Amino acid sequence: MSNSTTVSNETIWAGGRSPFNVSYGKLMMWIFLLSDAFTFSSLLVGYGAIRFSYAGSSTPWPDPANVFNHFPFAHGLHLPLLFVSLMTFILIFSSVTMVLAVEAGHRKSNAEVSKYMILTIIGGAAFLGCQAWEWSQFIHEGGRLDSNMFGLTEAGLKKAESLSFGSHYEWLAADRGPGPVPFASLFFIVTGFHGFHVLSGVVLNIIVWLNVIGGTYIRRGHYEMVEKVGLYWHFVDLVWVFVFTFYYLI
Amino acid sequence: MSTVEITANPTIDSPTHHDEHGHHDHHHKQSFISKYIFSTDHKMISKQYLITGIIMGCFGMGMSLLFRMQLAWPDETFPLFESLLGKWGKGGKLDPNYYMALVTIHGTIMVFYVLTAGLSGTFSNLLIPLQVGARDMASPFMNMLSYWFFFLSSVVLMSSFLVETGPASSGWTVYPPLSALEKAMPGSGLGTTLWLVAIILFIVSALLGGINYIVTVLNMRTKGMSMNRLPLTIWAFLLTAVLGLLSFPVLLGAGLLLIFDRSFGTSFYLSDIHLNGVGALSNSGGSPVLYQHLFWFLGHPEVYIILMPALGISSEVISTNARKPIFGYTAMVISLIGISFLSFIVWGHHMFITGMNPFLGTMFMYVTLIIAVPSAVKTFNYLATLWKGNIRFTTGMMFAIGLVSLFISGGLTGIYLGNAALDIQLHDSYFVVAHFHLVMGSAAIFGMFAGIYHWFPKMFGKMMNKTLGTLHFWLTFISAYLVFFPMHFMGLAGVPRRYYQFSLIPEFDIWMDVNVFITVSAFLGGVAQLLFLYNFFNSIFRGEKATKNPWESNTLEWTTPVEHIHGNWPGAIPTVYRGPHEYSRPDRESDYFPQNDPGNGEPEHYHAPVPIDTSYSGPKEKPSKVFFSSFAHLFLAKKVQA
Repeated sequence: MSNSTTVSNETIWAGGRSPFNVSYGKLMMWIFLLSDAFTFSSLLVGYGAIRFSYAGSSTPWPDPANVFNHFPFAHGLHLPLLFVSLMTFILIFSSVTMVLAVEAGHRKSNAEVSKYMILTIIGGAAFLGCQAWEWSQFIHEGGRLDSNMFGLTEAGLKKAESLSFGSHYEWLAADRGPGPVPFASLFFIVTGFHGFHVLSGVVLNIIVWLNVIGGTYIRRGHYEMVEKVGLYWHFVDLVWVFVFTFYYLI
Repeated sequence: MSTVEITANPTIDSPTHHDEHGHHDHHHKQSFISKYIFSTDHKMISKQYLITGIIMGCFGMGMSLLFRMQLAWPDETFPLFESLLGKWGKGGKLDPNYYMALVTIHGTIMVFYVLTAGLSGTFSNLLIPLQVGARDMASPFMNMLSYWFFFLSSVVLMSSFLVETGPASSGWTVYPPLSALEKAMPGSGLGTTLWLVAIILFIVSALLGGINYIVTVLNMRTKGMSMNRLPLTIWAFLLTAVLGLLSFPVLLGAGLLLIFDRSFGTSFYLSDIHLNGVGALSNSGGSPVLYQHLFWFLGHPEVYIILMPALGISSEVISTNARKPIFGYTAMVISLIGISFLSFIVWGHHMFITGMNPFLGTMFMYVTLIIAVPSAVKTFNYLATLWKGNIRFTTGMMFAIGLVSLFISGGLTGIYLGNAALDIQLHDSYFVVAHFHLVMGSAAIFGMFAGIYHWFPKMFGKMMNKTLGTLHFWLTFISAYLVFFPMHFMGLAGVPRRYYQFSLIPEFDIWMDVNVFITVSAFLGGVAQLLFLYNFFNSIFRGEKATKNPWESNTLEWTTPVEHIHGNWPGAIPTVYRGPHEYSRPDRESDYFPQNDPGNGEPEHYHAPVPIDTSYSGPKEKPSKVFFSSFAHLFLAKKVQA
């Protein structure tokens, strides 16, 4: 550590070396993530613009707490955002195991890298499984790209107000009607685009894990590839935090 | 973290990799496919970009000539239309829908395929590794992918001409609802789907390329090539890549939503639409203005993605051929950074009349007008560089000076268009067409030509014909002004753009003679480009053999051998000792001082000894007093007015 501080600012940028002290591959990953952040931003800003246009509308934006209130094997219980919280926990936890894999890579402990990569892959796959369940539930209740049934009638609103965490409920036909069309289509686009990123991340993680057990990084002498997919994985995780905040919580 | 890791990094960093492999790579012979087709050599990829760009440019310009014919002689019939376009030119009359398609694809090709990929792709690829002193791009493989995505994208776009309903025809901006409803017009069908697919492939290509450019510039500069010694071309390419990297993803998002609206029944951009013969549509909740916001968040930086490489190229060409250091290197870099930053917060000036809040419009107007400052800095610096220069009028130099001219004449009208109030009259008129064709179309094309003529010896090892080049320059320069200058007057009179036929509208009928004049001038420009094409391809095969450094330039690319080798330098990569613009130094015998020349202990920059007048002995004002009293004067003047 003490040695690196002797490199003056002038020589850092003077050429012949990386000013950030990273390989080109890792720098590329950072820059790609910056770019990808703008893709997600465009979708989230579009979501915000459309949602704001519903302020004061006769078909108000549905309260996500009344839509995403299911939990597997707990049919008929009002459990708002419990399942999506579990998904969030799983994804964040998989980021923790990814950190451990990267750390094990620094110690060049192949077996441990392999172990934590497996855990990360399982976490990612579990998240995708949860998302599949959530989507099917959403579609089952009438969420479509071009229409949905998440608007609440007067009776429905009254019923929604009386609900508390864990209470029994059942939506009747008179409770619900057509909701804002973009509510469902934005749900599919935003979570779908994120889910696609998670899927790509799981595939990348599997490839890297196969390299780990194949001993590629032992031969190469470093586990930088693990760090690179790690960066991607944390980014996907971070994006989910924003999706969760803007789409589910607000 | 230890110093060893910092300085060596031998296992990870690829420059050192290449050092090990560079030598023996060119010993084993490459197959035709790996040398010319799926090449990973940046110099070959640059040529691929250039030639694809030229081919696309021929299509783009050809289309403009076709629709100019329609505008000039709307009542005539041309058998050419029928033989070229078949059912779209029945009886020699151009179909109105096809007119729109030609305008759309002309814009798309010129903006994305010629002036983004053709310009930035060619010269970033050629010059970044050569001028920063790297063996190749950071990732040659991704670089190859970038070109092939671009190629695929070009093929998909052009294939829309083979579709029964014709290519996309809702303008190069493909605004919904016209582009979102498949039944809105013939081109809104499969043609627009292909357009969207082509653009998404293009975005992938731009991202793969851009990531590479940025990382190569940041990570792989040779020893001594600090950021303030980078040639201005490299600064321009770096910032261009950053702009592309941050703005293209937003177009990706916009395109994704548009694809869903078109094909999967969503309503992101659609609401309250009644279509003749179809009735009211069920789409509700979306907004077409959302698309415009997302599109122009890319669209405006895109203008600078087109322009900045041209500005960088002309900086280099002008400095070299004026035999003078570029005037205000740091100011040039800062103004490039300023333009890059501002380009992200001005997109609303394309949308003044969409019903945006006037307060928001005012903010967009202010930031737009502020762009005039860095642009003017650049212009004045070009002029100051030329001032008292020992100018060599090579063809590249003429095109670079032509760029300055077009940039000024086109840039001035930008100040009119940036005004939210004036825009009510000027929007969507020929004034806009005149403005952007001069300032970004012609100026950027001139930058591209300057680059081609200047670096042709580096790309192909041959010289281009100077006489033909001069002729090409003058014909192109004159025709550019003859075509676009009259359009200002048409626009001021309210003639709208994208109209198929003016002879039917009495108040625009008076402009028919001008339309004929413009079209004839456009054909003059077309003939000039034929000269260029002949000169270009003829010189590749039969041109005079180039010397190693034909323009006596300082930058590193001229230290590489004329015959291309993989890894660029046969020996070690040269070390850099000074900035790129040390021309005509009085302390040197030759009038140039290559960046890799260690010299004899001269200072990095030459400073002429300044004579100090010591004879004056009277009282002196403090500089600070002069400064503040000038402000006091302002306030006093204000008080009198009040």
